Amino acid sequence: MQQTHTASSRAAPEAPPALLSVRDLATHFPVDEGNVVAVDGVSFDLYEGQTLGIVGESGCGKSVTALSIMMALSRPGRIVKGEILYRPRGQDPGPDEVIDLAALKPDGKEMRAIRGAEIGYIFQEPMTAFSPVHTVGNQLIEAIRLHRDVDGKEAKSLAIELLRQVEVPLAEQRLDAYSWELSGGLRQRVMIATVMASNPRVLIADEPTTALDVTTQAQILDLMRSLQQQSGMAIIMITHDLGVIAEMADYVAVMYLGKVVENAPVDDIFHAPKHPYTKALLRSIPKITEAEEELATIAGTVPHAYSRPEGCLFHPRCPEFMAGTCDARTPPPLPVSPGHHVSCFLYGDGG
Amino acid sequence: MAAETQPADRRLLEVKDLRKLFPFSRGLIRRVRGEVKAVDGVSFHVNEGETLGLVGETGCGKTTTARCVIRAIDPTSGQVLFRTQDGPVVDMAALQGGHLRAVRREMQMIFQDPFSSLNPRMTLFDLVSEPLYNYRVGNRREREDRVAELLRLVGLRPEFMRRFPHAFSGGQRQRIGIARALALNPRLILADEPVSALDVSVQAQVLNLLKGLQAQLGLTYLFVAHDLSVVRHISNRVVVMYVGKVVESAPTRRLFTAPKHPYTEALLSAVPVADPRARAQRIVLRGDAPNPADPPTGCYFHPRCSYAADVCRTDTPVPREISPGHVVACHRAQDLELKGVHQLGASKHDGS
Repeated sequence: MQQTHTASSRAAPEAPPALLSVRDLATHFPVDEGNVVAVDGVSFDLYEGQTLGIVGESGCGKSVTALSIMMALSRPGRIVKGEILYRPRGQDPGPDEVIDLAALKPDGKEMRAIRGAEIGYIFQEPMTAFSPVHTVGNQLIEAIRLHRDVDGKEAKSLAIELLRQVEVPLAEQRLDAYSWELSGGLRQRVMIATVMASNPRVLIADEPTTALDVTTQAQILDLMRSLQQQSGMAIIMITHDLGVIAEMADYVAVMYLGKVVENAPVDDIFHAPKHPYTKALLRSIPKITEAEEELATIAGTVPHAYSRPEGCLFHPRCPEFMAGTCDARTPPPLPVSPGHHVSCFLYGDGG
Repeated sequence: MAAETQPADRRLLEVKDLRKLFPFSRGLIRRVRGEVKAVDGVSFHVNEGETLGLVGETGCGKTTTARCVIRAIDPTSGQVLFRTQDGPVVDMAALQGGHLRAVRREMQMIFQDPFSSLNPRMTLFDLVSEPLYNYRVGNRREREDRVAELLRLVGLRPEFMRRFPHAFSGGQRQRIGIARALALNPRLILADEPVSALDVSVQAQVLNLLKGLQAQLGLTYLFVAHDLSVVRHISNRVVVMYVGKVVESAPTRRLFTAPKHPYTEALLSAVPVADPRARAQRIVLRGDAPNPADPPTGCYFHPRCSYAADVCRTDTPVPREISPGHVVACHRAQDLELKGVHQLGASKHDGS
């Protein structure tokens, strides 16, 4: 993983150190049928004011990566390896003053001071994130009082202010609404307000607009961008939608079967993709700007969780498979241009 | 891309002024207090062998329209004219009993979610042969041969016949659903968001399969979807709905490159383009679509429309054909210069 360590130096020399550095993270789910390797040696860096897009198809481990960072894995999932180095808020600490979240107790005091407070999380389906029997106002006020030392009255006015900040119309009346009375877009706005209550430095958004219509999605993405500009928070945007990635991300990690196969600045991913999987993914999406006769597909299917291929995980489906190499060894991440790493034997000397 | 207008437009399906109202009641004695106009005077047609894309956002009535067409629910009023295999045109909306059953066999539905639309306790054989059984087609031996043929047609191995759907991935399950829909040799397929639950690489496989089957079997598709990129890829013509009404319909290329309704323009503009160099200023609509139980006066889109004039607040726009095959319901359709996908988000370097 030495290569990815140098990745942090790709930012301009005067750039601050990474806010969050994930190093060789591995998360497993040992179940009766076998051991599911959900995250398999993932590394990336996240910088203040920037958006990292994590993209991949169902089961690639993008959500489990996010839940690992939050230390919110459900049983029997556990982090078996790696570090999640977080530079906490405070008196402008030096680069050495970092906490390894992976070493904290998931429900310990330290982790609880970070989860939700410094690292916020937005879910895909805002319907399930709210309690249907409490008003959204009460839930928002609860979140505010959890993270800020204010009385009920102050919390209420803060809640109204937050709803205005996320552009909820008629903010005062909305406090008395229940989540099921709101449209999908409004519910996602209230969800974002709840997360913004603690003024997080890192926002993890897991498919935040997948359940929404396109025009509502455009509104929510717009809102996230403007909140980021105001607060300078870093965003991890997890999605399967390459359009959303192109729109939002500064740099991108492409995941396949628990590994980052390619990471690069967003322009490289779309205009100079290197990994055969990234290329195949880009070719398979229909484009709104042109009418193509037939879409390119990826041969075969994603292998079952219990039967991971040897060597490069993508080799059984890869159009550029090299026998004796790709099925024998795991390709390490290789730098191909500044900030651009690819795990593929086609690049470098291959041996 | 197939020709957008066929030389001999043979209409397989013609929907005329279709309405579906859902009354709702409130209060202690459950008095009917109003009605949700889910589908409010929708008209369109589908030519034989083409794909008509029906697009719009949640609650616009696109699925209700499809369900009325196949008579899964009864429309409140309007006509659903279907040209049957034997020749005569029948009104699906007026048929009853055995007549309806006989005609309905020529149209089949493909559903969105391949995980909930297949009974987990039925084998592939049971699932795919059920329509044959329902219409008493063939004996068991013949049905087995037919199922094997259908499975091969959709790219599954006939040996899978005795397995249950849980053993298959989402894309494979969608293929099972397609095989089942094809069992009775239908002429019209209503596909309701058939690929929106699938991953992109699987989505591409299923879209290619649907296109291939259409060419091979001469199928006609009514393709209901919210994903405009998918609709552009598969459709010959597109109908855009908003709050129960058709706001615009046109040949696909024309609709995407030269939309005439401000809602279509906003919808096209909202689609994130998979190209970071194309991050453009989007038209971000304000607010939500109106409640179909209590729509605004005049044009339903006027509260969110940046081009709205006085007339839009008071008068309902009537659909007008502004060029051959291009119908728009907008008072200002003639004087607005709206942007298509190429001015909105398309990158310049692809030369289009």
